[in-house]
Amino acid sequence: MISLVLILFASLLFTGIVGRTKSIASGRKGPDIIQPMRDIFRLWKKGSVYSKTTSFVFQIAPSIYFASVLMAILVIPFGLYKGIISFDGDFVFFAYILGLGKFFNIISAMDTGSSFEGMGASREAFFSMLVEPAFFILMGSFALFTGHTSFHEIFIYMHFNTYVSYALGVLATFVLIMIAMIENSRMPIDDPKTHLELTMVHEVMILDNSGFDLGLILYATNLKFAMYGAIIANFFIDTLPVYYSIPMFIAVQFIFAVVVGVLESFSARFRMGNNAQFIFTLTSISLLIFFSVLLLLGKFI
Amino acid sequence: MYYVITYIAVLLTTFILIPFVKVRWKGILSISLVIISAIISGIIGVRALLGIPVDIILHGTYVTGDIPIRIDALSGWFMLVINFTAVTAGIYGLQYMKMYKDQTTSISLHAILFVLAQVMLTTICIVQNVIVFLFAWETMALSLTLLVIFEYYKPDTIKAGLNYIIQSHLCIVFLSVGFIWVATRMHSFDFNAIHQFSIENPVYLSTALLFCFMLGFAFKAGFVPFHTWLPYAHPAAPSHISGFMSGVAIKIGIYGILRMILLIDANYTTVGIIILIISTFSGLYGVMLAIFQHNLKKLLAYHSVENIGIIGIGIGVGAIGIGSNNQLIATLGFAGALLHVLNHSLFKSLLFYSAGNVYQATHTINIEKLGGLIKQMPHTSALFLIAALAICGLPPFNGFISEFFIYSGLFNGLINGNLVLIISFVFAVLGLVLIGGLALLCFTKAFGTVFLGNPRHHFQKTPVEGNIYKLIPMYVIGGMLLVIGLFPNVIFNILSGPITLFTNKLSLPSVGLTAVYKITNTMQYISWCTLGVIALTATLFFIRNKVNSNKTILVAPTWGCGYVGDTSRMQYSASSFVRSYRKMAKPLLTLYKKKEEIAGVFPRHASIEISVYDKLEKWFIDYPLKQIKYFLSLFKFIQNGNPQFYILYGVFFVVMILGAPYLYNMLVIFVKFLNQL
Repeated sequence: MISLVLILFASLLFTGIVGRTKSIASGRKGPDIIQPMRDIFRLWKKGSVYSKTTSFVFQIAPSIYFASVLMAILVIPFGLYKGIISFDGDFVFFAYILGLGKFFNIISAMDTGSSFEGMGASREAFFSMLVEPAFFILMGSFALFTGHTSFHEIFIYMHFNTYVSYALGVLATFVLIMIAMIENSRMPIDDPKTHLELTMVHEVMILDNSGFDLGLILYATNLKFAMYGAIIANFFIDTLPVYYSIPMFIAVQFIFAVVVGVLESFSARFRMGNNAQFIFTLTSISLLIFFSVLLLLGKFI
Repeated sequence: MYYVITYIAVLLTTFILIPFVKVRWKGILSISLVIISAIISGIIGVRALLGIPVDIILHGTYVTGDIPIRIDALSGWFMLVINFTAVTAGIYGLQYMKMYKDQTTSISLHAILFVLAQVMLTTICIVQNVIVFLFAWETMALSLTLLVIFEYYKPDTIKAGLNYIIQSHLCIVFLSVGFIWVATRMHSFDFNAIHQFSIENPVYLSTALLFCFMLGFAFKAGFVPFHTWLPYAHPAAPSHISGFMSGVAIKIGIYGILRMILLIDANYTTVGIIILIISTFSGLYGVMLAIFQHNLKKLLAYHSVENIGIIGIGIGVGAIGIGSNNQLIATLGFAGALLHVLNHSLFKSLLFYSAGNVYQATHTINIEKLGGLIKQMPHTSALFLIAALAICGLPPFNGFISEFFIYSGLFNGLINGNLVLIISFVFAVLGLVLIGGLALLCFTKAFGTVFLGNPRHHFQKTPVEGNIYKLIPMYVIGGMLLVIGLFPNVIFNILSGPITLFTNKLSLPSVGLTAVYKITNTMQYISWCTLGVIALTATLFFIRNKVNSNKTILVAPTWGCGYVGDTSRMQYSASSFVRSYRKMAKPLLTLYKKKEEIAGVFPRHASIEISVYDKLEKWFIDYPLKQIKYFLSLFKFIQNGNPQFYILYGVFFVVMILGAPYLYNMLVIFVKFLNQL
């Protein structure tokens, strides 16, 4: 329960902090931290325009996407406390329920019959397919390292005592940050600011959504960021008591948002053709983590 | 025994009746027989599954010896799978065949063979005598071939049927070799003799025997590289037969593999690792080729290859579990494999029936010519969507449950294994994840191109939704998909019967015994999650409708960031959807690209066409065939069409037959003479 509340709280401010960091980095003052939430509330009050090419798929897709992100959040633990749902192998459920959301996003984009949205759908399907192995092998290495297969137990039993395991923790954080950036289609895979054909993945899929649905989709993006931030925070929280872990959680989310903003301001987007190679590199880093865990456990001489 | 004779008599009388009645009655007689057989074997199967096995011995003839009929939980499970899909295929087929009601003789044969195929499939599950088993197998293969080539006037169909029957016979060759090997050593045609053989002989011989059988069954199941008949046979057949074959006929190969694993005590760890690696390749190869297909049914056929790979991964995990004496891994592996057998038969048959609806409405099965069918065929689209979600393994449907079992087995095996096992398991995890992602890519492409967007081709007759009797069996299957997703604990309890057969092979004390009880707990959680997803979606949708009810909702052309273009030429086609993937996968596949570029300043006609050819088919079938043809063409001079030569061959043959004993005696005398020197 506590992790759900914390993630919801973090999601309210996350995109605002990212935006503020980017503005300060480019020398402006920038909008308020809660400005993105104001935009979303405004959208929730507006009417909608639907395309006549679309069908019932377009109507139900944003609700299903939002529901899938919420269900995924219910699995994430917070230090000592498990998430509302916790069972052996729940990270498989986590990945696949997010896949359900992606499926509906992709087909709602195909539903509009526009070349622009089809392009976004094609790229989203391709990139998310490439990033899945990285996540699974990462979780597999943790399962091997700790001997358990649920999020809650993996994070409780993960102890960083040797130097090698610290290095592994750093590498794992890097992989998770990159996975978060790819899943939300931010730099360096995709530039959410430019609305140019060559550079969009996620932004282009939602061009025809409007009103309440668009508000749901934008808020779901915030939730996804906060969700990945919560997973990263779990690395550092370990088994600290509540009055230490909550401030640490907030600090980690804040630092994550600032890092995202800095990455977005100071790096250029990759050429779209090179994205596949970059995402595959993540899988190889995960494999590196896996073999290091094997080394640590002494099974691989 | 008398029940069996009555049953066969009823079947034969109806078969003789069918050619004489009117076309409408042929179908109804056929489907009634199917339903009666399904009910009879279904009742026996359910009892066997829930713990009352059947073990009787029928007195056979001099040729076959005693015919043992043993129906245990494994047979029961497969019998239920076969009967359910046969009934839905029959009911759907009754409506589907209305298009062909002029071909009266073909329909008689089709009606008879459909019942025969179902009866033979159930016979294969229950009989444990080698001769009757091979007889039933051969009859099933022949009847399925004749069912496939219903549209015999199309040349591709005949080629597909020939391909299928030749590969079926390759399967029978390997099975016969295995059976003859056991029969000559043990002098018995009972399946228990196979078990005795594996006990009495060293482990490497048993493992070799197991591989011999598995090679045969792999042809039938469609493991790579023995899958080349699948992508030809499934599109050529009428849709209800494609659904039936994909749902049931390839599963009988899996039944064979599982039965042989139960009967033969071999080196399970080695066997498991080899099955795991072959199945991962099988799954990856199938889905990689499926993405480029333009023929909707060929796409679904390649997905069958992929799902057989997933079932094989489950079997491999289970076998490794038996080998490393780990109860948890064995349970999870076999649970995943057995459940995926049921799941795949359900959602693949639903996909083929939807494809059949699309074909009968539009008379084309080429994806690139379809589009926007969701407006005219809403029920078919909704059912295709549900089946597509299930086949990608997404919650809340049943595909997720079986893949979850297999993943749990893989991750638990990862934790408990030695280095070799860990490497194989990680490879399998990598493979399974890529398979899931590629399946998502492929089915979003298929659903999006066929049903969504604007129509890409103007049809003279507007496509209409299939009639209600076609939709009823499809909705029943759709309901089953949801029910299995919602109540996985019930399904897991039902599966405990067949799984116990496999875990009885573990020697106590085994590792992970207590962890098995946690599985029911996990299933309960997943059940809550599935319910949660559906409830959450429904709540959100309800809130959205409430909020939108007093706002202005307008309908306008697609905005697309200012590119207001309503034509179908502007939307993404299937080939464009998979373009980025094609660039990545090009080195692994044989792709043919036909491109007409735009030359000059003003737009002219341009086109691009991409097709894929199966590389393994080129290596394993086309190249050896070419060499065999070349070798045999050297002996062309023997068949020169001259009757005088043929008379000469006949005379030569008769002289050899008559003179052979005499020649043999002469040879013996000559050798004796030489020895005396």
